[in-house]
Amino acid sequence: MGKRAAALVGYTEWAPQRKWDRPMFSMEACAALAAEALADAGIEKGEVDGLVVGGLQESPLFPTLALAEYLGIESSFNEVVDIGGATSAGMIWRAAAAIEVGVANTVLVLVPSTPAPMEGGADPRKMIMPPYLMGDAWGSPQGQFDIPYGLVAATSSFAMVATRYMAKYGVSPETLAKIAVHERDNALKNPKAVFRDKPISVEDVLKSPMVCDPIHLLEMVMPCFGGGAVVVTSAERAKRARHRPVFVSGYGECVTHKTVTYMKDMTMTPAKASADRAFRMAGADRKRIDLASFYDCFTITVLLTIEDAGFAAKGQGGRFVEEHDLRWSGDWPLNTHGGQLGMGQGGSAGGLSHVLDSMRQIQGRAGDVQLKKADLAYVTGVGGLMAANVGLVLEGA
Amino acid sequence: MRVEQPFSEDGRPIPRRTPTTAPYFDAAREGRLILQRCPRDGFFFYPRSRCPVCLGDDWKWEPVSGRGSIYSFTVDRAGLDPAQRAQLPLVIAAVELEEGPRMTTRIVGCKPEQVSVGLPVEVRFEDVGRETLIHFTPRPSR
Repeated sequence: MGKRAAALVGYTEWAPQRKWDRPMFSMEACAALAAEALADAGIEKGEVDGLVVGGLQESPLFPTLALAEYLGIESSFNEVVDIGGATSAGMIWRAAAAIEVGVANTVLVLVPSTPAPMEGGADPRKMIMPPYLMGDAWGSPQGQFDIPYGLVAATSSFAMVATRYMAKYGVSPETLAKIAVHERDNALKNPKAVFRDKPISVEDVLKSPMVCDPIHLLEMVMPCFGGGAVVVTSAERAKRARHRPVFVSGYGECVTHKTVTYMKDMTMTPAKASADRAFRMAGADRKRIDLASFYDCFTITVLLTIEDAGFAAKGQGGRFVEEHDLRWSGDWPLNTHGGQLGMGQGGSAGGLSHVLDSMRQIQGRAGDVQLKKADLAYVTGVGGLMAANVGLVLEGA
Repeated sequence: MRVEQPFSEDGRPIPRRTPTTAPYFDAAREGRLILQRCPRDGFFFYPRSRCPVCLGDDWKWEPVSGRGSIYSFTVDRAGLDPAQRAQLPLVIAAVELEEGPRMTTRIVGCKPEQVSVGLPVEVRFEDVGRETLIHFTPRPSR
């Protein structure tokens, strides 16, 4: 069923941390991540002939050239992906597609998200992220028409989406909070999760400070540092892999805007287009998935993905959440790693955590949260302000 | 070449006009809201070199009513932009103009609790440093 040309065969994942004690340049992180993921896959570096990255802090121009040189790899597929939080999922299908068309056989997907050392011994932990994320470059529409009004970040943008959705379909704050509560329960079983110490209740979520109405603090991810990597290889090579190969059997991507104001309908996300394409390509039925690993920067993101990716009718996402148990032990397991809401958002690697959640389940390596049956999963990535969506149908060999 | 974002004396970010967007900012300074209108596809926002529907460049600047309604909004209570924290809580909104296009804006002249989706609003100009921002305020209904 679906595409069985490329498979995920090895990975590594660094626990997200609010403070990162060991500063590393991006290429230093890439080298460590590559070594760990290849060891996990049982594949020699000499077999790697493709590199996918999201960018390198210390080598912003020609990053894959710098990386091939640094890692000592002769690479026939060199790709930079930059679609916000959807980057990691977008990297996976690009690697699979390159293998499918035969331009590469074994591709390293590298997602470093560590703070770089600072010159003169300054403390990188004190580095402050610029609030405008380069959107204020001269000539950028954002710098002229969004930033001066205060629309500078993801939270206010997703909050506007949530406000519109609530006005149109009337989901309750309790229902949205349930998503964060169940994800937290999953995180309690994840030794790499930032929030693994105590459960939270719906009341805790609703009592947490209102950051941007209607989004409460406990409905937002905690920004962290982190890192992760995946080895993607051909079906042929995957036969001799150490772990169960995870086929990338369908994928879809859709980008429509950058600033949320210009979405045609704020309650309709590009998740529909990417899911329709991914499931069609995979020849898979949505109802048959064993787990959902959905990008969850905010609770509203998950609710809208459930609807737009076709798991509930428009306006019925709230009812779907109320009727299902989303925990790993429940009837509709969602983000069994705790999601980014429970695990922390390890920078760009936060998006990769959803790929790895499904990959671990299908490989039977999910530890305490292992599902009895895990053969088919749907993974999503959301980038920008509900702007880019990637869907991946992953399937066990 | 990256140029630093300019800020007003009270610390707020000032838009940096470009040759293409300059007429919009000049009009705002005079208290007029003008938008580009494509002869085939109508008004569009934000100002840009070509119509986002047909990519034609035969658009013309035209005045619009300055009336619209709130498509969505949020109340920023945390100050996501440190430079705008003095104005907290900020009501950030997407306003849909009567002419069709939507704009990112700020709702001013009322309490956050008075703001709701669908609320009729009208334009209010506010000078910030050398440029003028287009804000909106609730419009009395008849």
